[in-house]
Amino acid sequence: MSSTSRTDASRTETGRTDTGKTEAGKTEAGRTEAGEERDELRTADLGEAGERLSTAPKDDVGDTPGAAGPAGGPVLGVIGWLRWFWRQLTSMRVALILLFLLSLGAIPGSLIPQNSVNDLKVQDFKAEHETLAPIYDKLQLFDVYSSVWFSAIYILLFVSLIGCIVPRSWQFVGQLRSRPPGAPGRLTRLPAYTTWRTEAAPEQVREAAGRLLAKRRFRAHTVGDAVAAEKGYLREAGNLVFHIALIVMLVAFAVGQLLKSEGGKLMVEGTGFSNTLTQYDDFKSGSLFSTDELAPFSISLDEFTGTYEKTGPQRGTPRTFRADVTYSQGDGKDHKAAIEVNKPLVIDGTKVYLLSHGYAPVVTVKDGRGKVVFNGAVPLLPIDDKVSSTGAIKVMDGYRDKDGKRDQLGFAAFFVPTYGGKGSGQMFSQFPGLEFPVLNVGAYHGSLGVDSGLPQNVYQLDTRKMTPFKDADGNVLKKSLLPGETLELPDGAGSITFEKEVKEWASFQISQQPGNGWALGGAIAAIAGLAASLFIQRRRVWVRARTGEDGVTVVEMAALGRSESAKLPEELADLAATLHAAMPTAETPTAATPDPPGVEKAGGAESNEDSVNSADTVDTSAEGAEK
Amino acid sequence: MTLAAATNENLASISNVLIYSAMAVYTLAFLAHIAEWVFGSRSKVGRTAAALTTDAGPAAKTAAGPVVQTRAGGAAVLERPKVITRSAAGQRDVPDGPGAHGGTEKGDLYGRIAVSLTVLAFLIQAAGVLARALSVQRAPWGNMYEFSITFSTVAVGAYLGFLAAKKNIRWMGLLLVATVLADLGIATTWLYTESDQLVPALHSYWLWIHVSTAIFCGAVFYLGAVGTLLYLFRDSYEAKLARGGSPGRFASSVLERLPSAASLDKFAYRVNAAVFPLWTFTIIAGAIWAGDAWGRYWGWDAKEVWSFITWVAYAAYLHARATAGWKGRKAACLALVAFACWLFNYYGVNLFVNSLHGYAGV
Ligand code: HEM
Repeated sequence: MSSTSRTDASRTETGRTDTGKTEAGKTEAGRTEAGEERDELRTADLGEAGERLSTAPKDDVGDTPGAAGPAGGPVLGVIGWLRWFWRQLTSMRVALILLFLLSLGAIPGSLIPQNSVNDLKVQDFKAEHETLAPIYDKLQLFDVYSSVWFSAIYILLFVSLIGCIVPRSWQFVGQLRSRPPGAPGRLTRLPAYTTWRTEAAPEQVREAAGRLLAKRRFRAHTVGDAVAAEKGYLREAGNLVFHIALIVMLVAFAVGQLLKSEGGKLMVEGTGFSNTLTQYDDFKSGSLFSTDELAPFSISLDEFTGTYEKTGPQRGTPRTFRADVTYSQGDGKDHKAAIEVNKPLVIDGTKVYLLSHGYAPVVTVKDGRGKVVFNGAVPLLPIDDKVSSTGAIKVMDGYRDKDGKRDQLGFAAFFVPTYGGKGSGQMFSQFPGLEFPVLNVGAYHGSLGVDSGLPQNVYQLDTRKMTPFKDADGNVLKKSLLPGETLELPDGAGSITFEKEVKEWASFQISQQPGNGWALGGAIAAIAGLAASLFIQRRRVWVRARTGEDGVTVVEMAALGRSESAKLPEELADLAATLHAAMPTAETPTAATPDPPGVEKAGGAESNEDSVNSADTVDTSAEGAEK
Repeated sequence: MTLAAATNENLASISNVLIYSAMAVYTLAFLAHIAEWVFGSRSKVGRTAAALTTDAGPAAKTAAGPVVQTRAGGAAVLERPKVITRSAAGQRDVPDGPGAHGGTEKGDLYGRIAVSLTVLAFLIQAAGVLARALSVQRAPWGNMYEFSITFSTVAVGAYLGFLAAKKNIRWMGLLLVATVLADLGIATTWLYTESDQLVPALHSYWLWIHVSTAIFCGAVFYLGAVGTLLYLFRDSYEAKLARGGSPGRFASSVLERLPSAASLDKFAYRVNAAVFPLWTFTIIAGAIWAGDAWGRYWGWDAKEVWSFITWVAYAAYLHARATAGWKGRKAACLALVAFACWLFNYYGVNLFVNSLHGYAGV
């Protein structure tokens, strides 16, 4: 295209102009590409003046490779096809389609449970939908956002984006280094136009116009009999920054995913944790993560505070959760801190989040001889909003039965912080706060199965190799204990006491994800670029001054924007008024209708007057000058 | 403590009374708008048809050639040179309709009454939202009821803002007031939640930032969507006229009074484009908040996914406008799809999809 532009420009300069679209078409006949015609419709009457007002790729993608092929011929080599493919991929139309696909593709992930979000829900779903689940599995619908097809869409989009940005950036640099194109032959064809006659000499007018435009921060220079000026390059820059920022964000996100680590740790009040792999309850990391990257620190939970709405319809709704902790880094000094739901603690780039909380009743287990074999807080897992909790109390070593034989004890525990009272008919908690704690235990002995080598859930009692203690009726021995109460096991097998103390526990997520800073920086750049790209208008102004047939100077001013906006004529009017003040209208006895040189009399005088009468500033319809 | 609780309950019931009063006044405004349209229909405007049929269409206009403005009469003339604007080739050159009142005085009077009532209702509603905020002593965006009443307040506020800035937007009045009534009706009947404080996960100054911008974006996107919808109707009406067809009487009467398709399109585009960066910001603010609250800034939670979908849909719309062959009706359809995504994100995700953001309170 550039070679055509050059010709157009020179033609314009000499003022002979009115670039015929046929002419341009002819010169380029051999190389004309499909779609260019459409383009020419736009630029036909403006010549180069309407060109390069943006760096958006032209929609010159042929529908068949033949049309866009290097030689335009029917036979295409591999290279031709590749080029065709690349052109397709980097066209606006395909970018549009990919964007559309991306949003369509994101939908199923919001409606079908996702492994990455909640794998328990996925299990439930699979259990419920036996025929559907395998199909979904095949289509990777449980892992939409890491699926092959979703990745394919966004990778194509980003390849397209890069393929689009690189040439656009070069083009933009070129535009910055070149100067605004000369005035088109007929300024009257531009979306905003004004003219008057003045006694000042054409050179004076041009000089004044150049100064005025430069003062308004236009890039202005004189081409032939007209000053050409342009402003608003920041729009293009903003647009490029926005698209580049998208890439930065994507890369930052990807790097973060690869290098991140994330682990969970449950701590009962009074206990601690040091940041090494073995101490985590569970740990996940990106594929490029290595354990040396764990920040060295230790932390302990001093106290957990939870408060709840006491009255009203929302009784029981949590109001505050706060974990008071003490932590120390490499230097060994202790620091105090509080972690709340929205306020993670940041230690050396690692964030410690408060995730959940629960109760840990303190129990004491004695054997038949009265020797304490277990004493401690047992964290139990909440199963509802009111913190009804379940768990297991396991006594692994040290216990001997009444015959002195080694054995293991296990208790299935159920705990409610606020019991509804005997009459309430059920054991579930009535309120999440500690108001009327009751611990129900069911007692077993035998092998806990801990040594079998299989991973075992600490919160569950595996009773397969255990024998329940029996009550008088032959049922599993169970008892609800109030604080301070004790359940005696039959036949002098020992006892379990619910001490008058219930501790709380809090679980934390400890995560480290590099690249967050980049993601945030990218996001900010994206917004700034977007704002520049959407709010700044790129526009050109031309001021032509030449001597009319009667020797009086005719000044013509016209403006062209990338998208037509009401601001454009306003700005032109303002510029014209300023220039007009310095170069006032010449005194002429009659209202002549001068035909500026080079303008053909297409409309004739009649239509001129018409328009003058009917149209003062007519508001124009949508983005006309845009291609 | 109990004293404070009592004041709060008082404020909450004051808020309820205010919201109901606002609904009553909106109903009056609705009726006044109806009157405006009815009286307006009695005028014979017919401008659009005239412009499209007598003028032989856009071709003639383009061929009209150079329009040169000259200044007549002596040195005394020092006024500004007049700027002549010209629309691009291939565009219908149609004047805007006169508005709902159709140029009739009576219609105009009722229209003005409707706008005044809307202002009044807006003030009452805003007071209702404020009372609610005071009663809960936090931003009034903790559940869907509060979100809904704030949402329509902001939408009406934006509309009145446009009117105050002398933008031609009164044509939207009837539709806007009707939807505001529907929104408030849904809010008070189905979404009502007793005034109360927030769960800890919502305690954050990001609530102020993220949710307020989200509500604002939604409200203004809504105005854009109304513009887009009317554009589609008006555009097919103009196209039909240009083809020499004759639209039905009702359609003519209503559509003729709207602004031209080009103006509606431009309005919708400007609104959407202006809000898009703010919507981008909203999502990023949400991500930052999620980073603080849940330990990850992006986790593909349903609400996040739908914000993303909405964002991509609007981006597609903006792209479409820059792509030949996609401007106009196709792009408009994309804009409507994008707004539908926004709506689904608000109602659909809160009510039907299990999400971490599930604080609908219903
Ligand atoms: C990651 C996906 C993308 C997103 C979210 C996106 C978003 C946007 C947005 C919001 C705009 C509007 C700004 C404006 O009108 O100035 C825009 C403009 C633009 N985009 Fe993209 N874009 C993406 C990918 C692409 C790709 C792949 C291309 C290249 C084919 C591209 C080329 C353009 C161009 C040329 C403009 C300027 C259009 C104009 O000046 O009116 N974009 N983009």
